[in-house]
Amino acid sequence: MEAKEGWKDLSLGGVITAAGNSVLYDTGNWRTLRPVINFAACSHCMICWLFCPDSSFQTQGKLLTGVDLEHCKGCGICAEECPKRCIEMVEEMALRGGA
Amino acid sequence: MTLETNERRTRYVRGTDVALSGGQLVAHAMRQMNPDLVAAYPITPQTILMELFCQFVADGKVDTELLTVESEHAAMSACIGAVAAGARAQTASAGAGIAFMWEMLWCASGMRLPIVMHVVNRSLSAPLNILGDHTDAMGCRDTGWVQLYAENAQEAYDNAIQSVRIAEHPDILLPVMECQDGFTISHSVQRVQLLPDEAVRDFIGSWEPAHALLDWEHPASFGTNVDRNDFFWYKRQQWNALDRALEVIPQVGEEYGRLTGRSYGYYEGYRLEDAEVVLVLLGSVAGVAKIVAEELRNEGIKAGILKLRCYRPFPAQAVADALRASKVVGVLDRASCFGGQGAPLFLDTCTALYQQGLSPAAVNYICGLGGRDVAPAHIRAVFLELLEVAKGKPVGRPMRFVDGAPPYDRQ
Repeated sequence: MEAKEGWKDLSLGGVITAAGNSVLYDTGNWRTLRPVINFAACSHCMICWLFCPDSSFQTQGKLLTGVDLEHCKGCGICAEECPKRCIEMVEEMALRGGA
Repeated sequence: MTLETNERRTRYVRGTDVALSGGQLVAHAMRQMNPDLVAAYPITPQTILMELFCQFVADGKVDTELLTVESEHAAMSACIGAVAAGARAQTASAGAGIAFMWEMLWCASGMRLPIVMHVVNRSLSAPLNILGDHTDAMGCRDTGWVQLYAENAQEAYDNAIQSVRIAEHPDILLPVMECQDGFTISHSVQRVQLLPDEAVRDFIGSWEPAHALLDWEHPASFGTNVDRNDFFWYKRQQWNALDRALEVIPQVGEEYGRLTGRSYGYYEGYRLEDAEVVLVLLGSVAGVAKIVAEELRNEGIKAGILKLRCYRPFPAQAVADALRASKVVGVLDRASCFGGQGAPLFLDTCTALYQQGLSPAAVNYICGLGGRDVAPAHIRAVFLELLEVAKGKPVGRPMRFVDGAPPYDRQ
């Protein structure tokens, strides 16, 4: 099997010569459950933001504003940790209007 | 003092004659190379090497950051992190220690990091055995590391120094392991030549990585995830690097020869030129085999030895060319590698012969496992059987277990 040009163009050993570009990778489409925040009950304690393994909580100043749906994988840690129990994990497909 | 001796003394760098064991001598090589980081975990028979190197660290004779990690797996992981960061890193291990870091060996080669590991070859349990054979290095022959073998302490020292140049070559960028037999080489005191510190420093030069984690101005990510298309091409790149290593290894060996008077290539041939019966082998058993070959030559038998130095990448063309005139080939394997039609060195040798359209009779001799002595009488018995095979004795299953005189397998 002949080697095509492809392997010569790739970087050596999979090195990526850029910083912080994993933000370009859409991991949000892995999600089967989406966190829905009840902002009436939210105290903006930021514990969800702190615990999120994917840095997917959006803030504005001292306020929690929402979820980055391009990167949230729906792990549910935020709902588990929220002291106000104001995050609900909802079926993603239901929110998108069915499969 | 003859003119020849004078010329020799002025042409090559003057070393110091010392009496040291292989493990101690490689520790000196590490001292002279002064790597930025050494991460290691103790295991017999590597301990003689690391104990001396640790003494050098304690005495302030090196600038090396010494990490006494919790396992060999951690040792290789630390080396990987250090070299990705932009530093030079080395480690040493043996036997089960090599096995313990096995998954990280793949990371080191896949990430194209020029780590140098000093292997003191030891058997793999069970049963538990801490003595020398090649099973540990054979167990990672597929990992994409370059593998060099030494016959004695001098060769281990010379290989250690050359390993850095081979690994860091811009067309290669692969980790290298240089191997010496546990106890036989590592613990026996031999008369060797230690190069001057500055000669070693000049030979290895400095390491200028293309990418380094600690280079803030040119950020890079190492050890990334790739998809099913690209993974195949990265592995293709590694094959290319090993092919280049095959070209570079003798070049570095010749350059080393111009410095020291000791040149290195893929193998050393002993009485090989017109040999009709040849033993192919690795490591310290070469010393015994050479004595027997010499005796046989004096008896009119055209015996020869092919002592392979570069096992990975396997120099198939060179080995086949060296065996072209042989009527019969014996391959000594000092490793417990089960299930195939022979042990690793035999398989590689037979493939090389086959690819060149050569088909001498070939027999695999498993010997010296777990530190078992291989004596001149054993080698003589091997040669005598090979001579019978050359005269037409049927080989049957081409595997023998060297134990006293033939026939070895009392089935």
